[in-house]
Amino acid sequence: MKLRHLTSSSTGRPLKDQFLEGRQFSARALTAFLIILAAIFLLSLRYIYLQVINYEEFTARSITNQVRIVPVAPNRGLIYDRRGRPIAENRPAYRLELVPEKVVSVEQAIDRLGLIVELPDDALEKFQESQKRYRNFDSVPLKFNLTEEEVARFAVDRHQFAGVEIVPYLARYYPYGELLTHVLGYVGRLDVDDLNRVDEGNYRGTTHLGKDGIERYYEDVLHGISGIEKIETNAQGRILKVLERENPVHGDDLILALDVQVQQAAWDALAERPGAIVAIDPNDGSVLALVSKPAFDPNLFVHGISSKDYSAILAAPGRPLFNRPLLGGYEPGSTLKPFLGLGGLESGVVTAQDEVFSSGAYYLPGVSRPYRDWKKGGHGRVNMLGALEQSVNTYFYQLAYDMGIDRMHDYLDQFGFGKPTGLDLLGEKSGVLPSRAWKRGQFEEPWYPGETIIAGIGQGFNVVTPVQLANAVATLSNGGTRYKPRLLYASKHAGNDQADKVHAPVQVQVPVTDRANWDLIQAGMRLVVHGERGTARAIKPESGFEIAGKSGTAQVAAQAVDEDMDESTAQHLRHHALFIAYAPFDKPSIAVAVVVEHGGGGSREAAPVARAVIDAWLSQELAQ
Amino acid sequence: MKRVIPGWVKWPQLDIPLLLGLLLLMAFGLVVLYSASGEQMDVVYRQATRLGVGLAALLVLSQVPPHILRIWTPWLYALGIVLLLATWSVGVGRGADRWLDLGLFRFQPSEIMKLAVPMMMAWYLHPRHLPPEPVSILVSSAIIIVPAVLIARQPDLGTALLVAVSGGFALFLSGLQWRVIFGMVALAAAAAPALWLVMHEYQRDRVRTFLDPESDPLGSGWNIIQSKIAVGSGGLTGKGWLNGTQSRLEFIPERHTDFILAVLSEELGLLGVLFLFSIYLFIAGRGLYVASMARNTYARLLAGSLSLTFTVYVLVNAGMVSGLLPVVGVPLPLVSYGGTSVVTLLAGFGILMSIYGHRNFIR
Repeated sequence: MKLRHLTSSSTGRPLKDQFLEGRQFSARALTAFLIILAAIFLLSLRYIYLQVINYEEFTARSITNQVRIVPVAPNRGLIYDRRGRPIAENRPAYRLELVPEKVVSVEQAIDRLGLIVELPDDALEKFQESQKRYRNFDSVPLKFNLTEEEVARFAVDRHQFAGVEIVPYLARYYPYGELLTHVLGYVGRLDVDDLNRVDEGNYRGTTHLGKDGIERYYEDVLHGISGIEKIETNAQGRILKVLERENPVHGDDLILALDVQVQQAAWDALAERPGAIVAIDPNDGSVLALVSKPAFDPNLFVHGISSKDYSAILAAPGRPLFNRPLLGGYEPGSTLKPFLGLGGLESGVVTAQDEVFSSGAYYLPGVSRPYRDWKKGGHGRVNMLGALEQSVNTYFYQLAYDMGIDRMHDYLDQFGFGKPTGLDLLGEKSGVLPSRAWKRGQFEEPWYPGETIIAGIGQGFNVVTPVQLANAVATLSNGGTRYKPRLLYASKHAGNDQADKVHAPVQVQVPVTDRANWDLIQAGMRLVVHGERGTARAIKPESGFEIAGKSGTAQVAAQAVDEDMDESTAQHLRHHALFIAYAPFDKPSIAVAVVVEHGGGGSREAAPVARAVIDAWLSQELAQ
Repeated sequence: MKRVIPGWVKWPQLDIPLLLGLLLLMAFGLVVLYSASGEQMDVVYRQATRLGVGLAALLVLSQVPPHILRIWTPWLYALGIVLLLATWSVGVGRGADRWLDLGLFRFQPSEIMKLAVPMMMAWYLHPRHLPPEPVSILVSSAIIIVPAVLIARQPDLGTALLVAVSGGFALFLSGLQWRVIFGMVALAAAAAPALWLVMHEYQRDRVRTFLDPESDPLGSGWNIIQSKIAVGSGGLTGKGWLNGTQSRLEFIPERHTDFILAVLSEELGLLGVLFLFSIYLFIAGRGLYVASMARNTYARLLAGSLSLTFTVYVLVNAGMVSGLLPVVGVPLPLVSYGGTSVVTLLAGFGILMSIYGHRNFIR
């Protein structure tokens, strides 16, 4: 705009011209207004960009802001014994959880929490390890099973701990403690390695899973299916309301075939001696008792065992962590004799009437080494019945010699020796049922005749587990039906009223050539308890029912086996006492295998234990 | 314009369209505030009271003729400078020495400067030859820079900026040559790195966060991110009044003060935002119209720069809420909850009303 200025004549400077200034101002004001208009227009474009073009993205982010999806852990199924006694329970407890995102420094928070709540020294490490499976905004458990006092103390100081919360949950509890440890196993804190064997998605809200025993074997049914909760949270992460909930399917309740009373009786009968007891119902393969002693309190492992407690268990005598019925390999000793005897009869190598003269020592042709009887001077002439009643070694040396190792192997194999029984627990050992092929495979050595002779009395290479032995006795007592032994009796699906029975599958039907042979062996075992010269006549019941049994002694050190060892023999050098039995004789409902480690003689040490187990079971059955 | 009002009745000479625009804005603001405060009626009452006080100031100032204001101007400016210096020694407040406790109420001297600086500029330029000559430009710059620096040192970058801008507008409206304007802009751009050096760490943080909010999503970037989510998720028509989740669940920081526009955007959507912008635009336009009707330089420059400064509040606040500008503490005028800015703003409009009412007098 061209302006012609009026100038002052005295100064030469232009005078103020209100009219011109007014026009100049209006021009500037208009310019300014246009600039504002343009600015508001650009700003509006920004809002259109946010609210129209990016509407969906921001809506999604607003929803994620507001709604959190949290897993809802299902309740773990309970476990009962066959009489409905709860043996694994869920108890309400409190745990401390921390959201890493909401805490300025995890280290500091843990330090400060340590003043209120008792935290183990490695709390931080454990936390960091378990944090790996969580997202940064997930709540990570820091300490389980808070005491009431700790809960109260935290409640008072809660305002100081943003991002830390006390969460109620159900904690596993084993009311019978060590009595059932080696059956139930225990649950423990889920760690990164466990994620390889479970569906991670289903375990998002789960903190514990079965680490051992039944808890581990039936983990998938006990766990259930995780639910989902959509919750609305505010900026502080406080839950305002539950928007949607997909309920979890709780885990199945399990009913075990095990009878706690029988288990307790077996446990008590072992007293302070380490050992193993397995009792099986010959009618269906149900495991009635499975004892491994010593044991430990599984409840210690549920909340994370302290290193002090753990070293105490490791240092305890008798290896409490060792699950003897499954893992313990014992020489069967004379407990193998009934099976061998039956093999001899069924294969026609001997007859019931065939007699052998026991002089106290047996010699292989052309070999000077004696194979001894346990009774000095021998037992004289005995047939199968007498040989079983008095456990005459010479008879079985001769029988083994006549049968040969491979025929022995093939027959005993049908009773499940030398391989896992398939019991519903993990880690079962096979034991050893020797044969020429086995020895060649194992040692690349030929079989020697002497090895056949000692195999005749269950020594040498033979190794059985207590579960195998009990299952073989059950098979023998029921006339040859070998089941896969089962701890699980029935399971109850969440929401169902009725439990569904689980049937133990039949593994093998041992062929029966002549029923009389079986009767004869069983009669021989009856004489062990009821015969006048029976090795275990001390446990003969006064009335009511009859027991069939067989004692055995497993060598620990290489020394001659006497049926009853000297009291003075050092404890750890004493042989393991074994006893197998079933009862009632005419209609068996329980088959037992007992191992008393370093007990000495089978009849004296192990037989009374078997009797106690049988009594506990039959009194229960009669009460029914 | 002939009026049929008896001479002895001294009706306030108010610009009715401007007043209606302001009342509409305030009413709309209170509605949004009710939601933004989490439906706390007492917050709304308190804000309404302040607005009432502001309106009273508006009415009073509208009766003071511009030539009287002009006489007061240097004294008001001087008082403002003295008070700003006083905050250095006796200021109270959270971290920033902005407040002066006068016993009865606490008071932000920088608020005076929002009015005193444009007034002083108008006062100074009023008798000068316009467009301003180099000497006038230098003196004007000093009038602006001294209080701006004092306020920036408090530290209150937002207010310092608004004060400087209000003075700058007076200079702009006085017809400052474009080459000078561009020269100053270029100089300011060159001075930016120097400004970075004298900034406080928290101010630098705000700039850093502004440049890349996602770099610290839980720390200083949180505000910008959550505000953008609120705005964006509002969409065209919004989630509905009282239904904004970002606001209800407290994801929006300062939701009833500086970020109240985020609440509005979330609940009322783009349409609500555009409606608000229209009101502001109307008020600014009307203010400039009033300014251009004034008959002397003082009134024109003052009215013009007050109107323009008002829009700067809106632009800066809306830019901040939408993530276009760094987070500076500039409220959304007459909508954000907060005391002194409401009174100052309405007092400014009182001056505009006075200029409108006395447009026919030449002094």
